[in-house]
Amino acid sequence: MAQFFVTVASREATHPETIQTIYVLEGLALRLADVARLATELLHDPVTETVTWRALTLDELMVEPLPAAAHMLEVAYRPGVTDNAGESVLEGARRLGIAVLDQARMVRRYLLTSGVDPAARAAELTIDLVQTSLIAVPGIDHRSRLRFYQDLISPPAHVQPRVVRVALREADDAELLRISRDGILALDLAEMHAVRDHFVALGRDPSDGELETLAQTWSEHCSHKSFKAKVRYRRATPDQRAAALDPQLYPAFHLLEQDEVELNSLIKTFLMAATERIVAPESAAAHFTLAHGSLRLPEHAWVRSAFVDNAGIIAFGPAHEVSFKVETHNHPSALEPFGGANTGVGGVIRDVLGVSAEPIANTDVLCFGMPDTPAEALQPGVLHPQRVALGVVAGVRDYGNKLGIPTVNGAVLFDSGYSANPLVYAGTVGLAPRDAHPRNVAPGDVIVLLGGHTGRDGIHGATFSSIELTHDTAATVGSAVQIGDPITEKKLLDVLLQARDQRLYSAITDCGAGGLSSAVGEMGAGCGAHVTLERVPLKYAGLQPWEIWLSEAQERMVLAVPPTNLNAFLALCEAEDVEATAIGTFTADGRLRVNYKELEVVDLAMEFLHDGLPQRVLEALWQSPERQPIHAAEGAALPASANLLLQLLAHPNISSKERVVRTYDHEVRGATILKPLVGVALDGPGDAAVLQPVATMQRGLALGCGINPRYGRIDPYWMALAAVDEALRNVVAVGGDPGRTAILDNFCWGDPRQPDRMAGLVRAAAGCYDAAVAFGTPFISGKDSLNNEYRDAAGQRVAIPPTLLISALAEVPDVRRCVSMDLKQAGNRIYLVGATRAELGGSHLDAILGRDGLAGQVPQVDLVAARATFAALHGAITQGLVAACHDLSEGGLAVAAAEMVLAGHLGLDLELDALGGELDVTTRLFSETPSRFLVEVRPGDAAAFESVLAGVALVELGAVQHEALLRLRADGQIVAEVELDALRQAWQAGLSWM
Amino acid sequence: MTVRALILRAPGINRDRDAALACTLAGAVAERVHVNHIARKRVKLADYGMLIIPGGFSYGDHLGAGKLLAVDLAHRLGEQLQRFVADGRPVIGICNGFQVLVKAGLLPGWEGHSEPALTLTHNTSAHFECRWVRLEADPGSTCHFTQGLAAPLEIPVAHGEGRIALRGETDLAELLARGLVALRYYAEPGVPVGYPANPNGSTDNIAGVCNEQGNVLGLMPHPENAILPQQHPRWTREPWRDDGDGLIIFRNAVRYAVSL
Repeated sequence: MAQFFVTVASREATHPETIQTIYVLEGLALRLADVARLATELLHDPVTETVTWRALTLDELMVEPLPAAAHMLEVAYRPGVTDNAGESVLEGARRLGIAVLDQARMVRRYLLTSGVDPAARAAELTIDLVQTSLIAVPGIDHRSRLRFYQDLISPPAHVQPRVVRVALREADDAELLRISRDGILALDLAEMHAVRDHFVALGRDPSDGELETLAQTWSEHCSHKSFKAKVRYRRATPDQRAAALDPQLYPAFHLLEQDEVELNSLIKTFLMAATERIVAPESAAAHFTLAHGSLRLPEHAWVRSAFVDNAGIIAFGPAHEVSFKVETHNHPSALEPFGGANTGVGGVIRDVLGVSAEPIANTDVLCFGMPDTPAEALQPGVLHPQRVALGVVAGVRDYGNKLGIPTVNGAVLFDSGYSANPLVYAGTVGLAPRDAHPRNVAPGDVIVLLGGHTGRDGIHGATFSSIELTHDTAATVGSAVQIGDPITEKKLLDVLLQARDQRLYSAITDCGAGGLSSAVGEMGAGCGAHVTLERVPLKYAGLQPWEIWLSEAQERMVLAVPPTNLNAFLALCEAEDVEATAIGTFTADGRLRVNYKELEVVDLAMEFLHDGLPQRVLEALWQSPERQPIHAAEGAALPASANLLLQLLAHPNISSKERVVRTYDHEVRGATILKPLVGVALDGPGDAAVLQPVATMQRGLALGCGINPRYGRIDPYWMALAAVDEALRNVVAVGGDPGRTAILDNFCWGDPRQPDRMAGLVRAAAGCYDAAVAFGTPFISGKDSLNNEYRDAAGQRVAIPPTLLISALAEVPDVRRCVSMDLKQAGNRIYLVGATRAELGGSHLDAILGRDGLAGQVPQVDLVAARATFAALHGAITQGLVAACHDLSEGGLAVAAAEMVLAGHLGLDLELDALGGELDVTTRLFSETPSRFLVEVRPGDAAAFESVLAGVALVELGAVQHEALLRLRADGQIVAEVELDALRQAWQAGLSWM
Repeated sequence: MTVRALILRAPGINRDRDAALACTLAGAVAERVHVNHIARKRVKLADYGMLIIPGGFSYGDHLGAGKLLAVDLAHRLGEQLQRFVADGRPVIGICNGFQVLVKAGLLPGWEGHSEPALTLTHNTSAHFECRWVRLEADPGSTCHFTQGLAAPLEIPVAHGEGRIALRGETDLAELLARGLVALRYYAEPGVPVGYPANPNGSTDNIAGVCNEQGNVLGLMPHPENAILPQQHPRWTREPWRDDGDGLIIFRNAVRYAVSL
């Protein structure tokens, strides 16, 4: 066994903590001459780097000259974890014709000076779950270095494949729960009873593979059992506002005002039913009931697919369709921010590939703990929010950029409630020819596994995401966290689109949570499937059959290929170096059968697998948080309005995200017509990105999002309305058509078995119904991530703030009519569109004043006015009457006006008296009443604009000025006057650490 | 005469469709061809009038940007590619394609240097950046595609390893003397170019380099993403353009290919 190591050092002394790279190489017949070629031709840049190579022996380590450093800290991915650099060395060796290299691993070496504590630095630079590190003193620790390098390339132990039977039939309740807990099955007692009863009836015990298959398929992650549960909802006290709300417009609100209401599946009652009412109003049943018990879309509906495929699909132009999916990857990102976010992006891209579409844009919405959280305030085992944020942003960047998918829209939020459990929402938009996605699995079709090799990585991902995090989660389910390999996915994407156009497959799905067990189980649900696991290409030896079956190794897809197309499909893959393996066949026996050679790993009835899960029954009890009936703005006690504005601009939620946005490629594909950053210096915060997906067609797509967990702390119902309103505001502001907008829901919540959490979830889903129906914006896809809680060693549970993300995808009739938010020209008029009310509950003004945000009126959407406002404003934009438009969100009018000044390098002089004299100045400036916009109109268009907006609350506030400052007047005085430079300084300083 | 443009595909190359659209708008017939098809002789490079190596992260760029594809090209297409270049046909490497050309030794491709003297390495900012920059052509350059371009050209960059680094102190003078600097980052007339106008800290603000024959151009910015008027980042506030500023580079290359 020949082992070598290559050390690469930079000639440029740019980094204070010089970094070197070491490659550990191994091959039975590998010679020093091969290593010399690799080192000189492949592993270093001769202009900026030096390279040395040696045999990996104690003698060589002892004579190796080492750099001067107090300590060397060496960090490497653990054996079995994806090491993309190591894989590249293997690929490069093949390209150089060196076939004798068997293994390559990369080690990063940091040279630490004497003032640096090596253990502390190791903790900062190493993610223990996936990486291993060594601290060595140069010239002394030869033996430990030898062992460290050799461990990286030591082959895994061989194991005898076996299938273990789990003694379930005799198990009592305590034993059933123990089996569930110890196996990380995340099944509750009722579910374990159902499994036990099934096998009692069969007269045998389940195999490990069968029990795991059921646990994955029945997991919250895969089956959404809480969203499908029967819920008994009660409220502690009636809502006094109910009388003021029209039951026709707010039917779900009124439904929840009954003393007790039983709901059969939140997803059917509130989300699918809303889509049916919008898309098929003639066939829709009464509110909250699906006409046929499941969502059926009319043949020629604009919505092509909702809630059934991996992504929702809408028609786009005469010959295309657009798909959209948003996923979450929260728990993995909490433990390994880079890998968690990285594989989250990779996963949602595969969702879009799973509907045979080309990914054309990514979105990302990220929620972290407050960046200034003191380290000692963090729970044990929890990474600091800044570290989480930096890792997550890098992970998002790495995957999206490498796949050539522009990341064009998103948000970054900070709230102390996310310290132990950050949220990572990743979305992908896809484009495909109309109806190109086949869904015709037929018995006899070959099951083809496409893409990356299978390893032990990611086992129990689906169940792990369905339980709360604790201080020792990392130790128990560390294998659920992975590192992505974007280039393997890019290769897969390239061949899949060709295979789609050649119509080579009859069905496709991604291999995500639950691995092959879910993918094959779902695809074969209607017929049956038989898999032979020994054919699955493995990363390394030593996997048990059930591990191969469950592995969630990334970058894999499963296809059904008719036998007549198999050779053509395999040839296509071979031509582009993409691995494709036939691993089984779809059958007609209605069974899921899995073998490893002669071993029978799984033999389950598809019917039991998919319909055997007992419906959950959950309790929900709504107790409105205490609040003062009227919010006192406390005018006299508050700092001056200008100071409040500057503090708001510096708040991490509002301040510039340019440092993040610039690290994402938002130009690739050349279709980003309105960029995330706009204005004179291209640093203004655009409301929504606009894409022109097909260069020969002027039709566009606007992408927006709405999220505000601060409102959810008061009432998730109103949070949901505000989130839908915000997502629509964003797309309408740039020129999106509110009458042709599809939306997505993503709920991130705590434990649904806690009645208070569940009640909030019910209210948010109800809000989704009322908003979607009133706006006429159908839900086409959604996802819930529950159990976002942290349980500390003492058993104390902390849930995240209830968080609903609404993503909007709007059609833009002609991209050349799009409007950006930067001020365009001095002399133009400024209008406030939409009425302002005293709604400071959950506001960002509260946040900077250190209030809990529970006092005061939570912003409420007036659904009649909002719908009319959006339609009228859209009309004005399509007629070319709007020079600039910006929606009002966090921080209200004052922040929106400041942002327009920042982006346009012009000034605003606004008079706020016409907003309503009954509101105090602070409220007028900072209230977060939804459905509002600031609009810039050329004087010559003012009359036409006013006439298009007739019937909508509209106030002319002033005009654009040459002098670059924001001046706000009220009650005959100047209440705030801030120059552009001061605004910019505050706004850009907020996230300087990023 | 129509020019067939070969747009090279390879694992991780991702701006191939963008480059194909630019070539099409410039009047060429664009074909996206996988590197394996050329290596396995299903397609002959010699049948094409011009070659574009587009941007992306070839093979993941884990061993330095463009390194592995450079090794791949040198070992599998070496002879075909050298002949293509020697024939004087246009070759444009954009971003990752530029890195590939440099690391394959085709740029600057000067005589008398046994060791590479120029490379593209990590941005001074140490991270990936996507932003619009301004460019000016060096009037002393031999490049056939950037002659007489009016400054500034507004074009986006999107890269993490775009800094030109030179090995020796005399290399810059030699690069200039031979006319191999084709494009530079540019600010305003008379304004020194600092970050972010020069987004990566490149030596002498170099954004694009050519060979001595002037038929091989490598550049970090993406002219293929600046071909349509509405791709410009300030089109909502400036007079409408007829084309994006980057299209002219492709037009010049097609015109040159036709002239051969």
